[in-house]
This record gives sequence, structure tokens and C-alpha cells, in this order.
Amino acid sequence: MAEVLVYVDHVDGAVRKPTLELLTLARRIGEPVAVALGAGADATAAVLAEHGAVKVLTADAPEFTEYLVVPKVDALQAAYEAVSPAAVLVPSSAEGKEIAARLAVRIGSGIITDAIDLEAGDEGPVATQSAFAASFTTKSRVSKGTPVITVKPNSAPVEAAPAAGAVEALAVTFGALATGTKVTARTPRESTGRPELTEAAIVVSGGRGVNGAENFHIIEELADSLGAAVGASRAAVDAGWYPHSNQVGQTGKSVSPQLYIASGISGAIQHRAGMQTSKTIVAINKDAEAPIFDLVDYGVVGDLFAVVPQLTGEIKARKG
Amino acid sequence: MSLRIVVCVKYVPDATGDRQFTEDLTVNRDDVDGLLSELDEYAVEQALQIADEADDAEITVLTVGPEDAKDALRKALSMGADKAIHVEDDDLHGSDVMGTSLVLAKAIEKAGYDLVITGMASTDGTMGVLPAILAERLGVPQVTLLSEVKVEDGTVTGRRDGDTASEQLEASLPALVSVTDQSGEARYPSFKGIMAAKKKPVESWDLSDLDLESDEVGLEGSWTAVDSAAQRPARTAGTIVKDEGEGGKQLAEFLAGQKFI
Ligand SMILES: Cc1cc2nc3c(=O)[nH]c(=O)nc-3n(C[C@H](O)[C@H](O)[C@H](O)COP(=O)(O)OP(=O)(O)OC[C@H]3O[C@@H](n4cnc5c(N)ncnc54)[C@H](O)[C@@H]3O)c2cc1C
Ligand SMILES: Nc1ncnc2c1ncn2[C@@H]1O[C@H](COP(=O)(O)O)[C@@H](O)[C@H]1O
Repeated sequence: MAEVLVYVDHVDGAVRKPTLELLTLARRIGEPVAVALGAGADATAAVLAEHGAVKVLTADAPEFTEYLVVPKVDALQAAYEAVSPAAVLVPSSAEGKEIAARLAVRIGSGIITDAIDLEAGDEGPVATQSAFAASFTTKSRVSKGTPVITVKPNSAPVEAAPAAGAVEALAVTFGALATGTKVTARTPRESTGRPELTEAAIVVSGGRGVNGAENFHIIEELADSLGAAVGASRAAVDAGWYPHSNQVGQTGKSVSPQLYIASGISGAIQHRAGMQTSKTIVAINKDAEAPIFDLVDYGVVGDLFAVVPQLTGEIKARKG
Repeated sequence: MSLRIVVCVKYVPDATGDRQFTEDLTVNRDDVDGLLSELDEYAVEQALQIADEADDAEITVLTVGPEDAKDALRKALSMGADKAIHVEDDDLHGSDVMGTSLVLAKAIEKAGYDLVITGMASTDGTMGVLPAILAERLGVPQVTLLSEVKVEDGTVTGRRDGDTASEQLEASLPALVSVTDQSGEARYPSFKGIMAAKKKPVESWDLSDLDLESDEVGLEGSWTAVDSAAQRPARTAGTIVKDEGEGGKQLAEFLAGQKFI
């Protein structure tokens, strides 16, 4: 059976959920061979094996953290050459897309980004994508070279599928470009203790209607009652009420949770682009004409300062 | 020595219009008004600020696109760029990111550059991978997704706010930079700027000017194939209630029914 390379996104050995989803998709088209780079790479093997990786290729070198993107491309290319896979799958993070794109040019392959589903097809893997702020669904293929495909979080279930997951050291030689962009400082983002926005099953977002940073606790309390991540519209971010890393939309994060709750958000096309594929959508807005209501499964026309705290209270009461 | 900046700008269908695919499954660029991609205005803005700081700089804006894409160049010129290059050729229709990046790389090399600046993504394709591909093709450092950028003594530095960390980056020129919409509000063209833009040079190049063959680009040279495009079914109309004091409770009832509580 053909091998499929899966690029592993992990933090010091802790594998992030989208990578496990990639393993599910990889198994539909072949045998997953994982590539894990950097500190803790070896520690990823157990979890990857549980989810179907037949092999885990690992490499660690200071270049991976001291320089931007290119050393990782060199390593992924080395894995590609060692394995000759039928496809290469990479998580659709900002960095993942850059790594995938540069690999694709180097190996003379076409690239598909932000797939939301993947199936085997007669002419190679078929990727589903959404276009134009998710108003269209397209099916595409890579027609030249080995398909390189990046996949969005929440595109497939995480499935247990025990496999060998044998760790093998990957030999990597860095090219001249690898040290081109130096990372001179790195400030890790402080953890809020809430789920990662793109991976969360539930996202609770606030917009301009929240009317001030000091009111965002209303949104956070609702999120916490549901174990959800917190999102924000660009209007709320631009006003400085919430960090840009929480922005949902075209120039923020794209989310596809089971449940999306929008409060005080009008539903502009650029916001919809980042949340329209959510399974269930709920909105609270005092304007009955707000375009967000065109998307909702359930909408409440009302003042969020009354509705949201009542909802939070009711959820807490029901959860006991 | 003068700092030569090339800014890549894209002409895109208006996102607030009714965007559609054509029969050959390429983006329909005829029936929706086009404009300079808003995300590329940030690239033009940063180019202008970098040029202001430099002793001597020249900003060239470059686009690959149909006849109407000249509008995007005019807008960038009216914001303050010095000159423009329009790569236009019938054979470019249907190019994917590999084709477009090949054309851009050839044009950038022909124009001559110390610094290439792009937007973070185009508002129609929204792939956001062209900057990385362009850096790979040009063989220069990529300093991408910057929310802050500065050029001094042949070195570009900037801040990249990523998912897990905020990073400070540094590279020597020549280099490629992409900037996000957090990099600072783009200026509006002044009346004077709009008048001046009319006299600024716009060069037109086609594939033969770039020594490219028609089968390297366009639908034919595309390395990906779109097999189908279907309009997403409209979401089934949901329940909308007016809050009469019980809105939060009603919503909780709905969420419980859906097993979210
Ligand atoms: C290139 C580009 C990229 C963009 N990218 C993004 C992006 O990534 N994400 C994004 O979100 N936007 C993005 N935008 C901006 C987008 O166009 C909208 O401006 C933005 O989404 C509006 O945010 P909002 O809905 O919070 O604010 P508004 O549109 O002002 O809506 C606020 C809503 O709150 C309601 N409201 C007010 N008070 C209350 C109350 N007390 N109770 C209940 N409801 C209340 C109002 O009725 C209104 O509907 C982008 C724009 C451009 C041009
Ligand atoms: N046809 C084009 N002409 C000029 N620049 C482009 C073109 N397409 C994309 N770009 C540049 O590449 C960036 C990212 O584009 P993309 O990868 O298509 O999302 C844009 O912000 C532009 O700066």
C-alpha cells in the first residue's frame, strides 16, 4: 500500500489534535508515515502510532527553532525523498501552509490548501474546499506531481487505529536558504486555559455589540460554562477589546466547530468567511435585520447584556 | 544606492458582490466589480513607510491579471507608488498559484529588486501561500506575516504574531516580506495623489517579455484541477425568537435539545 507523509504539529512532543485528524484522512489514501521535527519529536511516536502511523521519522536540530520555516522544508523534503509517498498532508496552520507550499515548488507538485475533507479517487486524492466565504464547495485534485495538501482543523474525526509507529531518525542536510531568516526573539503566547480556537468543539464570539474590553467577561463566562474557546470579530479586535489571535474571519482564524455562538456580531462577509462552516450557529443581536440571522439555527433578537448572562446562568444551573 | 521595492498587488472581485465560478470553474471576474485587494493596500502602505525612511527608494507595483487589473495599479500609484508593471496575456487565464508565482518571479527579476512586499493573502483565493512560494522561487529569505516591519542598513526586521508565539525576525536584503492587516491602516489616496498617478509610468509585459511559454501557465500549466464547484445549500431557516425576558432561557433549552448542555 502506498505511503502518505503526514507532517506533525506538536508542542514539545504533545501532538496537536489536527495532526490526529490528518492521520484519519491519510489512512483513507494509504499508510501514514509521520514526520516530527524539533524538541520532543521522539515523544510524539506513541500517540501517532495509536492513531495509525506505521512509521515516525524524527529529526531535531537548533535550526528548526532559530530560523523561520525553511529548515523544516529541508527536513520534509528529505522525508519525501526517503519515502516517495503518494501524497503529503500538512495541517493548515500559517506555518504549515508555508512549509507545504515551498515543498510543493521544490518537488514540482501542485498544492491544495485548506481542504475540509479528503477521499481517495481514481486520479489521486480528491480534496473538498470551500470558496468565496464558504458560499461554494469545490472538489479539486493535484494534477501534477505528488499531491501536497493542507487540511483545516476539524475536518475529520480522530480515530484510534493502532499501528507500529516505529521511530526512525531522519537525516537532514540544510541548504543555503535555511539560515536566511533568523528568529531573534520568541515570546510564547500565554495560555488562557481555554481550548485552542481552531480546534474547539464550541466557540463563543463577541463583536462590536460587546461595547468595551471591560464587558468581554460576559462572553468569557458563557464560554467557560460550555468549555468553549472565545472568539472576536475584527471590530472588537481593532477596538483593542480582545487579542488579534482570537479574531475569527478572513484575516483571523477560520473555525468549524460543532457550535458557534455569535453575540453582538452583525455577520459581515469577512466574518462569515471564518465561521460559516460551523455545524450549528446561534446568534444574539438586538437588530432583527442583522445578516448573521440568515445563517442561524437559533437566533435571539435582544440585548446581549440581558440574554447572555441569563443563558450562562441557565447553563450552569442545568449542569449543576 | 537606491532601495528598489517591488509590491505585488492583486486585482480581485469585490467580496461583498455575488461571487461566482465560470463554466471552466475559474473565478468569474467579469460579472462582479473588481478592486485592489484590501489586504494588498497594507503592503503598499508599508512600502511607502519604508521608502520614507530610506535615503532613496523607488516603489514599483506589480500585478498579474486581466486588462481591468490596471485599476489596482492606479490605486496603488495614487497612494504614492512610483511606477507600475502590468503582466497581461490571454494565456494567463486560469493560472493557479504555481503559474502566477512563476510569472511574478520572472517579472520581479526582470524589474530588479532589493525588497519584495506582498499582502498576507488575496481576498478571492485566500490561499496565503504565494509569498512563501515566491521567496522559494527567488531564492531569498522570506520574512512573512509581519504585523510590524522595518528596513535599516540592508536588513529587514519585523514581528510575526503566530498561533503559539510572537517572533522577532531578521534577514538581509534582498528579501521578501508579507504584511498582515495588523501592520497599520492604509492611507487613502489624496486628490493630488490621484492626479499625479495619471502621469506615472505603467509598463505592460506579456509572456514573451518574460521568456515564458504559454503551456507553463494558465489552465494548461496549472498543477491542480478543480473538478466541481457547487453552491453551498442555503442554511435551512432557523428559529428566531424575540427576547421578552426569557431569551437566554429559551436559547438554553435549544442548546440542551441539541445536546450541547
Ligand atoms: C479585508 C478585510 C478583512 C476583514 N477580515 C475580518 C475578519 O477576519 N473578521 C471579522 O470579524 N471581520 C473582518 N473584517 C471586517 C468586517 O467587514 C466587519 O467590519 C466586522 O466583522 C464587523 O464586526 P462586528 O460584527 O462586531 O461589528 P458591527 O458590524 O458593527 O456589528 C455589531 C452588531 O452588534 C449588534 N449589537 C450592538 N449592541 C448590541 C447589544 N447590546 N446586544 C446585542 N447586539 C448588539 C448590532 O446590532 C450589530 O449587528 C474584514 C474587513 C476587510 C475589508
Ligand atoms: N495575480 C497577482 N498579481 C500580483 N500579486 C499577487 C497576485 N496574486 C497574489 N499576489 C500577491 O500574493 C499575496 C498572497 O496571495 P495568495 O497566496 O493568492 O493568497 C497577495 O496579497 C498579493 O500580494
